[in-house]
Amino acid sequence: MKTPFRSVIGHLVLAVFAVTALVPLVLVLLNSFKDNSEILGNPFRLPESLSVDNFVTAWNYGQFTEGFVNSILLTGTTVVVVLICSSLAGYVLAGQKVRSWPVIMVYLTMAMTVPIQLFIFPLYSVAANAGLTDNVFVVGVILAAINMPFATFLMRTFFLNVPVEVEEAAVVDGLNTFQLVTRVLFPMVRPGLITVGVIVGLNAWNEFLISSTFLQDRDTKTLTLGFLTMNGTFSTDIGTMMAGALILIVPILAVFIALQRYVVDGMASGAVKG
Amino acid sequence: MTTTLAPRARSRSGATRPATRRRSRQSRRRAVTGYLLVSPALLLSILIVVLPGILTLLFAFTDWNGIGFDAEFIGLQNFQDILADPVFATSLKNNITWLILFLTLPVVIGLLTAALLLRRKRMRTFYQVVFLMPYVLAPVVNALVWQTIIYNPNGGVFGLLQLAPPTAGQSTSLYAAAAVDMWHYWGFLTVVYLGAMRQTPVDQVEAATVDGAGAWKVFLHVYLPSIRPTLLLMGVMTVIFSFLAFDYVYLLTQGGPAHSSEVMGTYAYAFAFSSFQFGKAAAVGLVMSFFGLLASVLYTWISRRDLLR
Repeated sequence: MKTPFRSVIGHLVLAVFAVTALVPLVLVLLNSFKDNSEILGNPFRLPESLSVDNFVTAWNYGQFTEGFVNSILLTGTTVVVVLICSSLAGYVLAGQKVRSWPVIMVYLTMAMTVPIQLFIFPLYSVAANAGLTDNVFVVGVILAAINMPFATFLMRTFFLNVPVEVEEAAVVDGLNTFQLVTRVLFPMVRPGLITVGVIVGLNAWNEFLISSTFLQDRDTKTLTLGFLTMNGTFSTDIGTMMAGALILIVPILAVFIALQRYVVDGMASGAVKG
Repeated sequence: MTTTLAPRARSRSGATRPATRRRSRQSRRRAVTGYLLVSPALLLSILIVVLPGILTLLFAFTDWNGIGFDAEFIGLQNFQDILADPVFATSLKNNITWLILFLTLPVVIGLLTAALLLRRKRMRTFYQVVFLMPYVLAPVVNALVWQTIIYNPNGGVFGLLQLAPPTAGQSTSLYAAAAVDMWHYWGFLTVVYLGAMRQTPVDQVEAATVDGAGAWKVFLHVYLPSIRPTLLLMGVMTVIFSFLAFDYVYLLTQGGPAHSSEVMGTYAYAFAFSSFQFGKAAAVGLVMSFFGLLASVLYTWISRRDLLR
């Protein structure tokens, strides 16, 4: 920091981008309390009163109670399936426990880049014929399969950091593979499990293409899909739309801020190490 | 190890044979355990992603309507129909525009902000969290927020500035959707680039500084070459995802007005779920995937050394 002038410019640039990221979210907060006559004046003005009417309307019309339940069930399914399968696979790949591990690595790399549009049409048709649409657990498992390659890679890098001696000592002590994994390795890669869980959880919670295709029934809609149904009816009622948006934004930002260390680390390491 | 040593101590002659046999049986059992542990992840991926993917490959050459699996083989008819459709040409052109936008603007912003955060240790976490906020929110939420409070001519920011809503204009609709997607995406690049830059060896940076290189020179000649693998990887990922763009276009413009913002993703989706021409949808899906596949093969090739470390 030789030149304070340059340092000030740097801070200014960062601040401008921070404001860019935040302005739409601040507008949501400001306008969620206003009735329409207030908004039509100026979206940037502070609300005159803190009425919760908009929130009640949004909650009821968007069926947010069912939405929260469905989103939690769907996301929970995805996270549990991904954590179990990807950590087992990541353990095997990190320790090179099978001879064909390079083939599996190449397969996962390719699978990671297979677009949803390449498999969604037959998958939907099979699911519709088998009566498996409008089921949040089915969508949860589909999203788990999509997230699996990335999650396996990330778990592998966490297992690579476990010293070989730990595993050898456990084997000498007479632990079988199952005990080794559940009692020794899982506790050691817990940060990895949290990282993968948070990132995959966010992906599942926010997913749109698969969810909106497979969940058409009003009762199986996730939180985001319930919010989407408000769009037609309330497109002229800005206050209610913003109240709905705020209900969806606050829990996600709360979870993200609480667990930000894991999210940031996961993104940085996952992308760097492939 | 203890098991292989024990029999050798018991009988000296002919001890090697049972020992190797036992070792091979044990290693076979270990291999079986290994395959058993990878199989859930692989099976899920194969059943849900790869097999339907292969079906798409087959159905692209049929008149499949998506209901049941009766379909007639019609050769290249679907591809001929698509190539003759001017909307497909618009979609392909829009995907390429999308790609160019995403390979430039977010990359420049990401590099700039990451470089600025490199030396600001105290503010780093704060800025990363703020930059990532749009990234962790659902596309549905982001799209509807922009549509309702920013692009809205009645009560939104554009209305306040007395500007026409950009999602409704044929020349602006694609950019209106891309702007929201980029707004939500660039913070992710900042975090990824910053993560990579922080792994640059300190002695290289110090050596350059001692040689009298300014901040800009250090960035250009030390940091940029050092994060080249990450830049390349994110570039390849951008190529793949640009040809698959769907969420923000579908939510903000539905490909309109008059197909002006149609991308291949929305084009294929309309075939399947509006007119039940699943065969045609599969053909478009195949074309989209082809571009992604090129990038994917390239990526696997580039990262092969890293993968098999």
